[in-house]
Amino acid sequence: MDNATVIERLQAEFGDKIGPVSSMLSGEATINVPREQIVAVAQFLRDDSALAYNFLENLCGVDYLGRQPRFEVVYHLLSHANRHRVCLKVGITEKDIHVPTLTGLWQTANYQEREAYDMFGIIFDGHPALERILMPDDWSGFPQRKDVPLGYEEVAFSNTEAQISARKPFAEE
Amino acid sequence: MTFIDHSLSVPSPHSITDPALAGKTNTMVLNMGPHHPSTHGVLRLVVELDGETVVNVAPDVGFLHTGIEKNMEFKTYQQAVVMTDRTDYLAPLSNNLSYVLAVEKLMGVEIPERPTVARVLLVELQRISSHLVWLSSHALDLAAMSVFLYGFREREQILDIFEMVSGARMMTSYFRVGGLAYDLPNDFLPTVKALLDIMPSRIDEYESLLTNNIIWQERTMGVGAIDSAAAIQYGLTGPGLRATGVAWDLRKDMPYCGYETYDFNVPIAKNGDIYDRYLVRMAEMRESVNIALQAWQRLKDMGPGVFQTSNRKVAPPPKSEITHSMESLIHHFKLWTEGFKPPRGDALAAIESPRGELATYIVSDGGPKPYRVHMRAPSFINLQSLPHMAKGQLMADLVALIASLDPVLGEVDR
Repeated sequence: MDNATVIERLQAEFGDKIGPVSSMLSGEATINVPREQIVAVAQFLRDDSALAYNFLENLCGVDYLGRQPRFEVVYHLLSHANRHRVCLKVGITEKDIHVPTLTGLWQTANYQEREAYDMFGIIFDGHPALERILMPDDWSGFPQRKDVPLGYEEVAFSNTEAQISARKPFAEE
Repeated sequence: MTFIDHSLSVPSPHSITDPALAGKTNTMVLNMGPHHPSTHGVLRLVVELDGETVVNVAPDVGFLHTGIEKNMEFKTYQQAVVMTDRTDYLAPLSNNLSYVLAVEKLMGVEIPERPTVARVLLVELQRISSHLVWLSSHALDLAAMSVFLYGFREREQILDIFEMVSGARMMTSYFRVGGLAYDLPNDFLPTVKALLDIMPSRIDEYESLLTNNIIWQERTMGVGAIDSAAAIQYGLTGPGLRATGVAWDLRKDMPYCGYETYDFNVPIAKNGDIYDRYLVRMAEMRESVNIALQAWQRLKDMGPGVFQTSNRKVAPPPKSEITHSMESLIHHFKLWTEGFKPPRGDALAAIESPRGELATYIVSDGGPKPYRVHMRAPSFINLQSLPHMAKGQLMADLVALIASLDPVLGEVDR
């Protein structure tokens, strides 16, 4: 299995419904897919007996602040039979930050999508329990977005409770 | 919209509610952790029990979240290596390797053979030491105290080797983009050889305590089984996947660091239960000794030599060069003030860590700091299969199950 075959098969199946093909520096074929097609493309890659991308290896969000579309969900599929990896990318805008879930195809997408939601606020439509996973439930904002600063809490050189809490982030409320 | 079978989906902690409110009288909800010695860190489990039988279990993670991925975006590529140590703290060298391989792919840097062989040798030692912690704590969870003492005896010896090469027992940061941080010390090879010589007999010793031990077998055989189809559904990798009969090992199937030139086997089992995961890891330790011996022989044959690439855009020049070469001085200055700049693009590098597939995905915007780093953390993803394995098992077996998955919470939460 090589990159050209995968791209050829995908273009034969989906035609111009899938976006341009690029290549990652690590050499994997990278296909930009509109979000309406992502489930169909992933399912095709998984169920086609020759391609057999049976394993969802990685799923993560990326925030390209200042670029359109701002967000990107990156999927890496792995074929155990062909020992080959392919990368799918779905661009989504900040205004309409929805993408269909892949939990219907792979249960392993569950935690990975929850993490992408937790860190970037990307909403995976149809996800069975899209909740925060790493951050506390009552956290507001999405910490890995580029417009969120790294942030820190000042080190308190004091033993006095009142002085410490006056410097805490919640003191302004 | 694809049909989603919610009975298979991984429950979230909020999905398990008070059974009394739902009118159920036969079950109760028990909170296990996050401060519980058998949860191997700060893992919280919400367990719904019918008597002693687990009806449902939902892992709750995130207590150890320190924003490592976000922090890495604020460090130069070389500085960010130290953050990788702190994810899977039982296998820092594996994390180092996955990260530096991804950056080296971005940069297109070729690493000379000697540092590559040293990397292979050290990550295999790392695998043994990580599996020793797994074995020791797993046995301890099932009340086999003595295995813990034996396991930590050899682990200490391996950590001494790490201290010898990097100055630190655990937070090694020894692999750098371009090669190694510094050269291997003079007494490295004899010390490693002494360890590798005793290791096979020590593994026999652990096995004599457990493999045919009737109590161990009763606690682990047929418990928490998963089949290969479900394992792939839940993204299980590493020894957990191989115990179900899938011979998938990145070292063999998608080799990196020249693993294709080493002679080794990929141990598999067929039942996918706790005992099989135990057998696979024990066999893996023997294979690691085997690979490490081959790497050791190569290092010995090679003799002293380079420990990093000669590409001065990535690796700093030696001090002796700086004193008489203006160009070296400039390289040194640029590397320590600004760092190097990979071209725009993204790269993914996956390795077989002791816990499974550890992949690092890096996006570069052409600047000296990574634009985005994502780690496909095997502990995090393997944990999703826990509810599937635990349903219908006894509460006491849940403890054995967690141990057999070998999660490191630093890596789960990052």
